[in-house]
Amino acid sequence: MVDVISDTRVKRSRRGPLNLWLGLAITGSIVALALLAPVIAPYPFDEMSILTRLKPPSLAHWFGTDDFGRDVFSRTLMGAQYSLLMGFGATLISFAIGVPLGLLSGYSSRTVDEAIMRLMDILMSFPPILLGLLILTVTPPSLSKAMIAVGIVYVPAIVRLARSVTLEIAQEEFIQAAKARDDSTAYILFREILPNAWPPLIVEAGLRVTFAILLGAAFSFLGMGAQPPSSDWGLMISDARPYLETAPWIVLAPGIAMSLTVIGINLFGDGLRQALDPRLNSSKSG
Amino acid sequence: MLTYIARRVVSIGTILVVLSVLIFAITQILPGNVARVIAGQFATPDMVAAIEAKLGLHDPFYVQYGRWAAGILQGDLGNSLIMERPIGPVLSEALYNSALLAVTAFVMVTILGIGLGVLSAIRQNGPLDHGVSMFTFLGISVPEFFWGIVFILVFSRWLGWLPAGGIPDAGAGFATIASHVILPSITLAFALVAHVSRMTRSSMVDALRSQYVRFARAKGLSEQTVIWRHALPNALLPTITVLAIDVGWLIGGVVVTETVFAYPGLGRALIFAIERHDLPMIQASTLVIAAIYCCANLVADLLYAFFNPKIRYG
Repeated sequence: MVDVISDTRVKRSRRGPLNLWLGLAITGSIVALALLAPVIAPYPFDEMSILTRLKPPSLAHWFGTDDFGRDVFSRTLMGAQYSLLMGFGATLISFAIGVPLGLLSGYSSRTVDEAIMRLMDILMSFPPILLGLLILTVTPPSLSKAMIAVGIVYVPAIVRLARSVTLEIAQEEFIQAAKARDDSTAYILFREILPNAWPPLIVEAGLRVTFAILLGAAFSFLGMGAQPPSSDWGLMISDARPYLETAPWIVLAPGIAMSLTVIGINLFGDGLRQALDPRLNSSKSG
Repeated sequence: MLTYIARRVVSIGTILVVLSVLIFAITQILPGNVARVIAGQFATPDMVAAIEAKLGLHDPFYVQYGRWAAGILQGDLGNSLIMERPIGPVLSEALYNSALLAVTAFVMVTILGIGLGVLSAIRQNGPLDHGVSMFTFLGISVPEFFWGIVFILVFSRWLGWLPAGGIPDAGAGFATIASHVILPSITLAFALVAHVSRMTRSSMVDALRSQYVRFARAKGLSEQTVIWRHALPNALLPTITVLAIDVGWLIGGVVVTETVFAYPGLGRALIFAIERHDLPMIQASTLVIAAIYCCANLVADLLYAFFNPKIRYG
């Protein structure tokens, strides 16, 4: 019996950090490559050359060239910047709107709570992609607008999470004490409740970043996000479709890069969840 | 239970009314005047003004909305500006095509997702479990439009087994239709199979460890009975919720997948309309998609209540 317990413990502690470190390594290298992209990219991402159109991968062009003779390796590197910007930027937007609303909803009177939650119900009654598309149809598309749309799409999920965490924390004694001291609501929300609400919110953020990268890429793919000549991965994949058979490398490079990025962040998030959430640990290892 | 159903139906009705106002309001601020689109590039201001008057574009917002909503309630979705045809028949054909795709995908998701989830829960930490978990990890990490393109590349271009997209003309045999539907529906199903099997696995693992399963085993029931009759029904509850959420994903996936495979469904109709500023078409297709989504959520809620005797809705 004792052996069984120690065995599962070893397994758990080995598996959690493995995901965490592997995810951190992948995510870290992609962030580093994205930051250094302007320095290490062998060619400017938008430099065209008719002579080198649709060339397969070679020493001069590691990932080949596209239909305008642009270097796919350089474009993929620069694309990492857009993808990460989309992931973190959109998540930041949904947190900036969602967390205050969720705190307010969980702490305020019934009326305020009802009003906020019904509003979120309406937002959630649109399928995510449709809500984003509706927002994006209003104005000519661009990457920043797609980022705002993705951010708004995920606001309700953040509000719900922040609200449920707040409901739990609001019962604690130190909140009752703050109320008794007659602290302002704003002070209680942001200085007393928020610092205690971070751990579940941060774990959620990891998940949201990957959702945002995928949804943002889908918008670019549909022509509702980044516009040419940008080297956004979704846009690169969309633009390269006519050359699928003759030059598959133009599609494969950004597609694999995006998948790797999401896999890295997902692994990291999984590892983080296993490390932070004791409930999950016990239910997984029994 | 009856009051619960009635309340849910009323609330969904309310939400749909609010949504229709929202959709109408958002499309009203679209750049590109409708009259200008109809009149064409070389129209004089007089012509544009005449068309505006004819369409009643000078009426106040609520009058225009009232006219639009009244038309929809009578089954008239308006006319497409670009195709110059009534929207109703166009959308119903697109809806049929999308439904074909979505239902095929959903059946795959339910069978494969639940099946793989149960199998990997039974063989926890075995090679099958690890294989499934790798597969599901890919499923949630790789965007569906990339899967779609890889599938086209491999099965259509390189192997030449299946068509790369589109849909055959009316009257085509079952095999022809199936060959066109199979790649897009697998693409659509991939991410969702991952979701559902992850959820099923984790709740199945919990169920297999519970008191009642231990008791069922102690009674000497066969392992098959314990798994399929005792553990699975209880483990399916969270899965139903995930399936409901996945309908939202499925709709998003339909839009993207139909674009990848040039498949003439609802999603492609919507993107087509947005690209060409076809206002009535955008309004109608958005409303139809939102209505389907709301109904799917209702069905999921009801299923959940039906399968969970513990829940007594007030």
